[in-house]
Amino acid sequence: MLTAADLAGNAGAGDDPDPFGRFGEFGGRFVPEALVPALDEVAAQYAKAKSDPEFLREFDHLLRTYAGRPTILTEVPRFAKEAGGARIILKREDLTHTGAHKINNVLGQALLTKRMGKTRVIAETGAGQHGVATATACALLGLDCVIYMGEVDCERQALNVARMKLLGAEVVPVANGSRTLKDAINEAFRDWVTNVDHTYYLFGTAAGPHPFPEIVRDFARIIGVEARRQVLELVGRLPDAVTACVGGGSNAIGIFHAFVGDKDVALYGFEAGGHGLESGEHALTLTAGTIGVLHGSRTFVLQDDEGQTIESHSISAGLDYPGVGPEHAWLKETGRATYRGVTDAEAMEAFALLARTEGIIPAIESSHALAGTIKLGRELGPEAVILVNLSGRGDKDMGTAMKYFNL
Amino acid sequence: MTTLASVFEKARAENRAALVGYLPAGFPTKEGAIAAATAMVEAGCDVIEIGLPYSDPLMDGPTIQDAVHRSLLNGTRIADVMHTVEGVAKTGAATLVMTYWNPVYIYGAERFARDLASAGGVGTITPDLIPEEAGPWCAASAAAGIDTVFLVAPSSPDERIASVVECCTGFLYAASLMGITGARESVGSAAEGLVKRSRAHTSIPVCVGLGVGTGAQAAEVAAYADGVIVGSAFIRRLLDAPDEATGLAAVRELATELAAGVRSR
Repeated sequence: MLTAADLAGNAGAGDDPDPFGRFGEFGGRFVPEALVPALDEVAAQYAKAKSDPEFLREFDHLLRTYAGRPTILTEVPRFAKEAGGARIILKREDLTHTGAHKINNVLGQALLTKRMGKTRVIAETGAGQHGVATATACALLGLDCVIYMGEVDCERQALNVARMKLLGAEVVPVANGSRTLKDAINEAFRDWVTNVDHTYYLFGTAAGPHPFPEIVRDFARIIGVEARRQVLELVGRLPDAVTACVGGGSNAIGIFHAFVGDKDVALYGFEAGGHGLESGEHALTLTAGTIGVLHGSRTFVLQDDEGQTIESHSISAGLDYPGVGPEHAWLKETGRATYRGVTDAEAMEAFALLARTEGIIPAIESSHALAGTIKLGRELGPEAVILVNLSGRGDKDMGTAMKYFNL
Repeated sequence: MTTLASVFEKARAENRAALVGYLPAGFPTKEGAIAAATAMVEAGCDVIEIGLPYSDPLMDGPTIQDAVHRSLLNGTRIADVMHTVEGVAKTGAATLVMTYWNPVYIYGAERFARDLASAGGVGTITPDLIPEEAGPWCAASAAAGIDTVFLVAPSSPDERIASVVECCTGFLYAASLMGITGARESVGSAAEGLVKRSRAHTSIPVCVGLGVGTGAQAAEVAAYADGVIVGSAFIRRLLDAPDEATGLAAVRELATELAAGVRSR
């Protein structure tokens, strides 16, 4: 049974935000005053829920009987041969219901929506995984659901659009700006400020204004909590490194957080390098961005010298975002975690490699973590144990793969 | 330079509300924005808000998004915003900059406040800055002698209004409804109550914006507010005009109608 400690994590260990939602200098709230009462209400309700045994019991029940938790670990020796022979262990979030880790956060927040008495849920989505997970939870709990999705993403993730519609959600294509995730978030905020009395904004990543970074992290935290126990059982010791891909950063913070206190465990986040740093077409927010404010939070942002957001690029819709969660900005600044870039080409190579060597087709997002892990394994050597968050499966990416590999 | 204080003093003496018009810098063109704002002032706007175009305007509806997008495509930079302020301030209107926080943060708060004051600007409206995060901006603005206008909304409980007015100078911007910018059929029914609640916490003028676009609506709001703020309706006129001269005439006509509205108390 899920405990309050599993959910709320290292409370008192100094890695929770201050009352204003700040992780060091990052985070906070940069939103219209009109939304402050709603954010305060979400924060207050969550504070109550996270120590309420009834809420924990409900969340635990859904995770076990609906999402498919705990997810298993899979060791991948054939894949690991390419990674300097290090022991590579995958945390199989791809095996959850709906096919990606997003379901964890969504079930938690959907239960919160019910508690708050709201009847309508809105959400943004990039790759469509958060949209599908949200539509799923809304179908399960009887909530109205509207998903905002950039036009570009609707096109490259058409399968997920169809899934959301089948699940009863209304999908609104967003045609302004870069027509990707960041514009879908803008549009969702516009909806929220208009309909806030009966609507809950089910934020999809550990970013945005306080309290979303903390709430999303806590609901994703189960990934690391389980994996830490499982690795200890399997290997008899903690891993040398934990790796994950980072777009907004929810799957990464989800697996990192249970290990933050384990000082000997290195944490690596892999960002989307697109066509490479020099090309200017990438989503290297932590690696190449500067500190600014985007979508309600002070964090690293891809922006020009006057604070205009620069459009990001990645072959994976889920990492194609010019901002990042404030806790990652803080983990970077404090040196606790290391962030590196992985190009489209490297990710696609790892995508194909895992399929060929292990019979697992990963999401292109997760393939960034795999590609980064290959390099890391070569650096750390054959004695190393690396835990990788395999955040989602690649079914949704087959269109992209067919084009890329001429299948 | 005309201050906000003098604008509201004059309006009060004339037993009317002040008329506040919004237009983004660089729209329809760099000089076209100054020409349009000048027409608005000549036809009766007391205060002009020059919008600083930003890539992610999450408080704005389709009309302002469209104008801002065109402005950014025109290559509008902060120097152009300051140039626009300078041009508009010369008309004798109190001139503010309406801006999301990030461009100011990146430009540097002290530098922005100083440059705006030098250009003849009298203050800013920052729709995504709340009191908890506004400390540095209020300090920089005070040092440069410019006003900091903040927003309250129908959803704001009294304790939020109390904390917003603590750092708010010049006037308080009361959003007439829950939502984004854009002209609407009717002004929100919550506006009057919000103005009344706000007055319990502050003696500075309270202006109402969001959804106001006609003379009749201006008159309705002028009955209880110190100022009436109109943005999208002006931009709509410019977007719909086949050429700049037609757009200017349409803007002038609207400003004339609104100016009559704020005078029909």
